[in-house]
Amino acid sequence: MNLALSDLTDNGGLFLRGAALTIGLTMAAIVAGLVLGVLGAAGRRAQSRPVRWVAGAYVELIRNTPFIIQLFFIFFGLPRLGLRLGSMEAAFIAMSINLGGYATEIIRAGLDSIGKGSWEAGFSLGLTRWQTFRLVVLVPALQKVYPALTSQFIIILLGSSVVSQIAVEELTYVGSYIQSRNFRAFETTLVVAALYLLLAVGFQQMFAAVGRRVFAYAERQR
Amino acid sequence: MMSLKRLTLTGILAALPLLAGLPAQADALDDIMKTKVLRVAVPQDFPPFGSVGTDMQPRGYDIDAAALIAKEMGVKLELVPVSSANRLPYLQTKKVDLIISSLGKNPDREKAIDFTVAYAPFYSGVFGPASVKVSAAADLAKKTVGVTRGALEDLELSKIVPADAEVRRFEDNNTTISAFLSGQVQLIATGNVVAAAILEKNPPNRPEPKFVIKDSPCFIGLNKEEPALLAKVNAIIKKARTDGSLEAVSKKWLGAPLPADLPG
Repeated sequence: MNLALSDLTDNGGLFLRGAALTIGLTMAAIVAGLVLGVLGAAGRRAQSRPVRWVAGAYVELIRNTPFIIQLFFIFFGLPRLGLRLGSMEAAFIAMSINLGGYATEIIRAGLDSIGKGSWEAGFSLGLTRWQTFRLVVLVPALQKVYPALTSQFIIILLGSSVVSQIAVEELTYVGSYIQSRNFRAFETTLVVAALYLLLAVGFQQMFAAVGRRVFAYAERQR
Repeated sequence: MMSLKRLTLTGILAALPLLAGLPAQADALDDIMKTKVLRVAVPQDFPPFGSVGTDMQPRGYDIDAAALIAKEMGVKLELVPVSSANRLPYLQTKKVDLIISSLGKNPDREKAIDFTVAYAPFYSGVFGPASVKVSAAADLAKKTVGVTRGALEDLELSKIVPADAEVRRFEDNNTTISAFLSGQVQLIATGNVVAAAILEKNPPNRPEPKFVIKDSPCFIGLNKEEPALLAKVNAIIKKARTDGSLEAVSKKWLGAPLPADLPG
């Protein structure tokens, strides 16, 4: 087989710009999605029935519809309701609420694993329910499900390729743009795949490092 | 079973009458006027130029153009549905007198058959609502244009678009159209046929023609060595282009007036 990778050298800048946008979008979506996930998980365990219902509906809606349909709904559908978002904003929101839905269920599982004793310890110190959740329960819960969360983050990183559909100029977009110009489809795809692999492994390492820092207290306790 | 040799021989024998028929050159215009029938190859799978209506009758720009020519000649029209692949053989074996099948002109084809003057516009261009004021590539500055990534329009537009225009390249035609219809882009770069198909649905965002990116108008094809027929059809088309009858056909099927600069 004849690989013409040298045909791609002119496009190094484009690939890097695409990869940078993929990283930026993913990081932003992870932060927003994590916040949504914590709120969603708190909502699913709330005392108020309507709040539980809303959080449950959110999870079911997000986890039972395809990501691309959620994206198209936000980008093509919302303008009909008078809300016009740029493709970047639409991509960020779609990725955030998608990750939020999955993170809600993962974090809820973490919360479920924390025994009644932790809550009672918080209450006995005079903390309110919300304070106990935030200060006592949340971090150990997150630690329990951290591996599952990080793999969901990787999924959203790779899933970000879908937003090339609405002309967000991230890595997949750049790849398809380049191959439409130079007709080196296989070589271009190979480079894109290698870059995604690199990004995913890099993210894994980063999450592991973050995890070691955030959950260091637990290590000390052992 | 026939042996291979016999089969070949049979084939050659069967083809002989065809070969013998070709040199017998008669004037096609004479034949048409004598039989009072104009036979025209038209598309059946290429709306809005030619398709089959719900009443199973052929309909479209090419069919109306053929009817117009037959009427001017004062003869009956016989439509012969063809595909893109077989329209030239139909003409060359004299099963039809004319090809009116959104035929584009190129040097290779000009070696094989003759072409009349252009009878229909066919081009890639930029389209958008009347409220967006654009009449040339330079006017695209600070505007958003949707185009399908890697399509002819993308490649041609990328060469002429000013640096501060925003070209949004979508994955496929449908996504590009959705982006235009939902107002995510102000303008759309596509074929005039696609724009016509959108206009036919009467959307709130109307893709009206702004300017042409790449022009490849449609011509009527006929056999070589038929100067009388060529002159006759050319005269009819030229008259139809100025007296408004072809303009009406263009408005009906393409939703846009006939461009003033059709070649020939």
